[in-house]
Amino acid sequence: MIYNPNIVKRRKIRGFIALLLSTLAAGLGLFWLGFILFDVLRHGLTAINLDFFLEDPAPPGVPGGGLRNAFVGQLLITLFATIIGVPIGLLAGTFIAEYARGTKFAKVISILSDIMVSVPSIVVGTFIYAIMVMPVGHFNGWAGAAALAFIMIPVVLRTTEDMLSLVPWTLREAAFALGASYFKVIKDIVYRAAITGILTGIILSIARVAGETAPLLFTSFNNSFFTLNMNEPMSSLTVTIFVYAMGPYEDWHEKAWAAAFVITFFILIVTILSRSIIYWKYKSKS
Amino acid sequence: MSQNLKMQVKDFYFYYAGTKEPALKNINMPVYENQVTALIGPSGCGKTTLLRSFNRMHDLYHGNKYKGEILLDGENILSENTDLIELRSKVGMVFQKPTPFPMSIFDNIAYGLRLRGIKNKSELQDRVEKALKQAALWEEVKDRLNEPASGMSGGQQQRLVIARALAVEPEVLLFDEPTSALDPISTAKIEELVVSLRDTVTIIIVTHNMQQAARVSDYTAFMYLGELIEFDKTDIIFTSPKKKLTEDYVSGRFG
Repeated sequence: MIYNPNIVKRRKIRGFIALLLSTLAAGLGLFWLGFILFDVLRHGLTAINLDFFLEDPAPPGVPGGGLRNAFVGQLLITLFATIIGVPIGLLAGTFIAEYARGTKFAKVISILSDIMVSVPSIVVGTFIYAIMVMPVGHFNGWAGAAALAFIMIPVVLRTTEDMLSLVPWTLREAAFALGASYFKVIKDIVYRAAITGILTGIILSIARVAGETAPLLFTSFNNSFFTLNMNEPMSSLTVTIFVYAMGPYEDWHEKAWAAAFVITFFILIVTILSRSIIYWKYKSKS
Repeated sequence: MSQNLKMQVKDFYFYYAGTKEPALKNINMPVYENQVTALIGPSGCGKTTLLRSFNRMHDLYHGNKYKGEILLDGENILSENTDLIELRSKVGMVFQKPTPFPMSIFDNIAYGLRLRGIKNKSELQDRVEKALKQAALWEEVKDRLNEPASGMSGGQQQRLVIARALAVEPEVLLFDEPTSALDPISTAKIEELVVSLRDTVTIIIVTHNMQQAARVSDYTAFMYLGELIEFDKTDIIFTSPKKKLTEDYVSGRFG
């Protein structure tokens, strides 16, 4: 028998150290997450009340008022960004995963998509500024939505492409063998099989753009007043945080904290939601 | 007993995309109506390639080339004028791995019917029931038609797939090693099914399992390295084959 107790002991110690280090690392990450949430809440809790959500901002320096315009503005801009970005990303992802599968063209689009994702969001903002703000002569909500859509498209595209590629070929062949056209195969079979993954990707892309500030700075800019008109500058939660945090009023600072907490909380909920969808889907399958 | 010729393979060659050597060489073979024809041979002999030519599955992949003719009721299905959707209505296929669609049992069976424009609820229900009965699955699932098909066992899923193919009333049904992924009991059920379906459809079955071919088929084609070595009644192939290669294979000396 070849057995060296010293080597075994050394390995056990090394294993223990590795386990310890990785547990500490995980704990460290969780600690900061909890700290951020707690700290943001602590600072902003005083400002969170019903008025915060239902009232528009008071004049600068006058306490009170709320951020209704920012909430509604953020909602509208994100909504339109989703309406523009998700279909484009979905269809483009379908195109390269299905019709153009394996071709050079698909590869090129994939690479371009990765580049789009890595463009700094402020550059996206300046680009949209040039094409959608300058010609019109003023900031507008549409430009804000377009800037966010620009960021969403490659995220949805990549997720769609990845999820569709996971659907086994035999499933498609079985549908073809029944006499279905390619379009029907994608619509009825492939999409259904990949729906969970695609939905998760869409939800995560919404969470991603919900927290963006830079793309909105030069596009939708800001608006101290409530508006539903996308042709006007529009306030958003993220830009408001930026403006209020830098302002001189204590009241503004509190509101900025509260808004930061609401956004963080929203993104947390959305991320948990997308995870639950996957979990629930797999549970119901088994 | 005179046999009707349902399909006929004439001077058929097949080239996979980007290859110079044909995967199938000079295949000439009859397929008789309402009979079970088995394609047997060692791995790589081309039996699945030949099977997939009968419903032109190879068309799904760019660059594959057919040469020669395959006649269905006298008409060449390899011509450019052939309507693939019509062809696949007449020639159905069951694959090796059970592939239920991600929908309810009912919707699975009804899929081919809805593709062909049948919308009437009661007609769909009748046809689905008929197909499930033909596939010997009706009793087991009649109370849970709206449940997802993925919840069934492997053997049940395969019978679902067969019912799905039967629902559109094909004239020919192609089976590509339908039981290689199933346990012996499910295998036996499916073999029973194949034999019982003979009166309704013409069947061509590819199988790795020689004993299965002997059990279920009326005619057997033995293939080797892309060529058809021998084609005859199953009894003859297995008891007194004419070619030495055939004899070596069926007696287990190789393969």
